[in-house]
Amino acid sequence: MSTILELYNYWIFIFLMMIGFYIVIAQGNLIKKIVGLNIFQTSVFLLYISMGKVAGGTAPILIDADVTYSNPLPHVLILTAIVVGVATTSVAMALIIRIHKAYGTIEEHEIHEQDASL
Amino acid sequence: MMMRDLFAIVMLFGIYSLLSAAIFVTLDAVDVAFTEAAVGAGISTILVLSTLALTSSEEKPPQHKFFLPLLVVLITGTALVFGTLDMPDFADPNAPVHQHVAPRYIHDSFQETGLPNIVTSVLASYRGYDTMGEVVVIFTAGIAVSLLLTSVRHKRNEPGNLKDLGHHPIILYVSQLMIPLILLFALYVQFHGDFGPGGGFQAGVIFAAGFILYAMIIGIDKIRETFSSACLRWLAVTGVVLYISVGIVTLLLGGEFLNYNVIAEDPVEGQHWGIFLVELGVGITVTATMLGLFLTFSEVKRSQ
Repeated sequence: MSTILELYNYWIFIFLMMIGFYIVIAQGNLIKKIVGLNIFQTSVFLLYISMGKVAGGTAPILIDADVTYSNPLPHVLILTAIVVGVATTSVAMALIIRIHKAYGTIEEHEIHEQDASL
Repeated sequence: MMMRDLFAIVMLFGIYSLLSAAIFVTLDAVDVAFTEAAVGAGISTILVLSTLALTSSEEKPPQHKFFLPLLVVLITGTALVFGTLDMPDFADPNAPVHQHVAPRYIHDSFQETGLPNIVTSVLASYRGYDTMGEVVVIFTAGIAVSLLLTSVRHKRNEPGNLKDLGHHPIILYVSQLMIPLILLFALYVQFHGDFGPGGGFQAGVIFAAGFILYAMIIGIDKIRETFSSACLRWLAVTGVVLYISVGIVTLLLGGEFLNYNVIAEDPVEGQHWGIFLVELGVGITVTATMLGLFLTFSEVKRSQ
């Protein structure tokens, strides 16, 4: 039983990821979909960072004392992923602006209706 | 999910980002927390808000069904929870992720690069290829946004949709005090990133945030006098080229691509120079792209 409770970090990440997933597939508003995707993305960040944590460890900046450091590798991967994430979000936002110019709406079902009536 | 007011959703998302930054601090990832706080709560919120200003900030009454998505989500979630039963415990020092290259980074990176911040030495030196790819992705995203939005941009000297806040005396004076300090702090983060948390990515975002604040308060036209579209494009290219040219110089000096040991007589000094230049390239590209993104978004003509 103790091992199952030790896995709680994964479950928090799964909970967040499923919230994001639900928003992406259930909501029709494009901005809400992007917010959902971003929640999905943060859950992956949390998974990586929590896997890098070592019990009793400290931030991986070397000091003279003999201490345990957490794993720096996931930090590097996620640090760059965050900045790339905002860059891709901005591309999505630009696409939404263009969709709004073309269709006059950012609701998925209205876009489908307009496409169907063509 | 029940909220119709998209503005409130975006603000809540900004708070969520700030909270996740706090979680990253408690998980010892100070560099990541720094980035998340600057990017998630700062730049990304501003970009989504500018999109709301250009589209609509109210969601129409939804037409969706709840049942099928909920079922899909529950099945996927259960499958994932089942998958975690084989995963190592939280914070277990013997987990496989700590066995491979991480011990080498922790034990040898100071002898090899002379930098106390392991994250910086891994980012800029050991995994320099990755970081180069990320910088190119950011640069590409900047190009994609300007391609998508340039055709709908309004002409110069036409009033934009962003009203500046310069007529509020309190905002004006506080910003005059803050903006120089923000820029100074960004420089500190850029050049002190070898020793403490920080580096090119964080510094670039903070730098851009300082200029974005300036643009929001003093006005877009004023900042365009210094940073025209062409100037920002050149800066973004300069950063990428600086990064790649460090790699080419190491090739010409007889080392592998991005092996900084050959830059100076002493390998550690070579590493210092290589990491410094590469981080500078990252900082320049990130600043130029983030500022360019904001300016492009705020210059789009509002649709009728």
